[in-house]
Amino acid sequence: MLLEALRLALNTVFRNKLRSFLTVLGIVIGVASVIAMVTVGQGSTAQVQSDVASLGSNLLMLRPGEAGRGPGGSSADAPPLTLQDLTALTRDIPDIVQAAPVAAKLQSVVAGEMNHSVMVTGTDNAYFDIRGWTLAYGRPFSEGELRTGAPVCILGTTTSADLLGQGNPVGTTIRVGKISCDVIGLLAKREASTFGQDDNDTVVIPLRAMQRRILGKSDMQSISITFREGARAEDVTAQIQSLMRERRHITANMNDDFNVFDMKQISSMLTGITGVLTGLLSAVAAISLLVGGIGIMNIMLVSVTERTREIGIRMAVGATEMQVLMQFLVEAIVLSLIGGAIGILVGLGLGAVGSYALNIGFVPDYRLILASFAFSAVVGVVFGFFPARRAARLDPIEALRHQ
Amino acid sequence: MTAPMLELRHLSKIYGQDEARVFALDDVSLSVDKGEFVAVMGPSGSGKSTAMNILGCLDTPTSGQYLLYGTDVTGLDRDQRALLRRHFLGFIFQGFNLLPRTTALENVELPLIYQGVPASERRLRAAEALAKVGLEGRADHRPSELSGGQQQRVAIARAIVTRPGLILADEPTGNLDTARSREIMELLAQLNRDEGLTVLMVTHEADMAAYAHRIVTFLDGRIHSDQKNEAIHAA
Repeated sequence: MLLEALRLALNTVFRNKLRSFLTVLGIVIGVASVIAMVTVGQGSTAQVQSDVASLGSNLLMLRPGEAGRGPGGSSADAPPLTLQDLTALTRDIPDIVQAAPVAAKLQSVVAGEMNHSVMVTGTDNAYFDIRGWTLAYGRPFSEGELRTGAPVCILGTTTSADLLGQGNPVGTTIRVGKISCDVIGLLAKREASTFGQDDNDTVVIPLRAMQRRILGKSDMQSISITFREGARAEDVTAQIQSLMRERRHITANMNDDFNVFDMKQISSMLTGITGVLTGLLSAVAAISLLVGGIGIMNIMLVSVTERTREIGIRMAVGATEMQVLMQFLVEAIVLSLIGGAIGILVGLGLGAVGSYALNIGFVPDYRLILASFAFSAVVGVVFGFFPARRAARLDPIEALRHQ
Repeated sequence: MTAPMLELRHLSKIYGQDEARVFALDDVSLSVDKGEFVAVMGPSGSGKSTAMNILGCLDTPTSGQYLLYGTDVTGLDRDQRALLRRHFLGFIFQGFNLLPRTTALENVELPLIYQGVPASERRLRAAEALAKVGLEGRADHRPSELSGGQQQRVAIARAIVTRPGLILADEPTGNLDTARSREIMELLAQLNRDEGLTVLMVTHEADMAAYAHRIVTFLDGRIHSDQKNEAIHAA
């Protein structure tokens, strides 16, 4: 009997192709948007996690300014960090392996006809270890260069390729902002990109060169710190905090005017943001599924009215209430499952396109696909039930008389 | 003598309440034996349609009893009545009531689907029923591709495909011209004669009623007359 109902439903659905298609469009859009959004959302979450892993492990960032304002928090009122702070950190806290100053500014770099805007970082050699960089060509900064702030630079592969073409750039000279810089090294290409930015698009110069020649002041924006394997980020953070409070003369009743940021927190924070966004968009998509369900209910009600006489005939020849109910319910379920199936295909397509456009991995989740399919069926049952029951409850005499 | 095929005992059907009460049927008693061909006549509003609906288990009486094959079916619920219709009754309507966009064969198969007959047997029996009404070559035609007379034949095939004991025909010739009407009546008379089908037929036309053995006339919710058809019995 169920098989008959299924056959009948398929016949009815395919007899009215255009109407059926328009009916299921709501479900198609709903399912497609859920699948596309969640797929892209999961892809970007995975991306964030791999990005953060690429930043290096056991990495802390010390910056002036109060905590709680995120990685770009304000540091305007707080006294800047100094090289003495840097020295004190590595000297007084044994858990700290390395610490590197970071002073960065967006500069235009020029070589010949080529002009390129890039984030220039002033730091020392510890930076390379902390960030996991190795040199493909050339050498790190010398002691003298660091001390005097010599105009020398080490390029990322993207920057180098853009300005000077492929190959070894060591020995050439480029202009960074207003200063002329000798290229002394090329960083090895890194596959990862951090939060959508190409890591390989970078210029590194000695900290002092940055401070004197570009910034014109002896600030540093942050200190990157790696700590010993096995030490806990919380413990090291606490040690840094007490040392810095002392160095910056912060009394017990005052808040820190600096903050220590665990890079792993970026991961959980961004994952959280992605999760919230995915959740919100999914809620919107769920609403469109609801609307799609109402569309199905609407058309099923119209269909019941149109087919009142048919229902009467079926009842006259002996169809029970349950059989009439099943006929219309199965039809609604078939409609929404077809919508769901189309929606899944469209959603996966959109997800793949979106993932490609955002340059993140395409991670289709079979559980999500199964859930969407099941949810479509549920939509069919829920929104098909009322029209089906209305059909089943028809009075056969009235139904037969219906024109 | 066995029990009559169907029997109405003091049957009433009342619509409305209190002052607005209308007796569609007022204490009707009727008995029809197996193999009879009964014409039911009467003006509109005389109660004949109400009686046919109750006889067809589509409706229930307000009071009184309806016995089918000697069994009281008065108190049955909707689904039980559906099962009675499915197994024991065949309907023929004035407007044919075929499913549009469905072939003649599929229309005839319909009651068998609800009986749960397997598909292959269904097709066989439907084709057989179509042959009985003289539509062998029309199995794949849709109602819109058939003439009125042919459509009514399909409807008759659908009514007899389950081999019911009783056929209820509601003005089966009402939408047909005289020649077509006569063909349909010949067919019903033949099925009554050869297959032993009991036929109850509502009609307005004396010409058509003339095919029946017995003519029951309703008036104002009561049976006005119930007489043998002398013409048939004389023949």
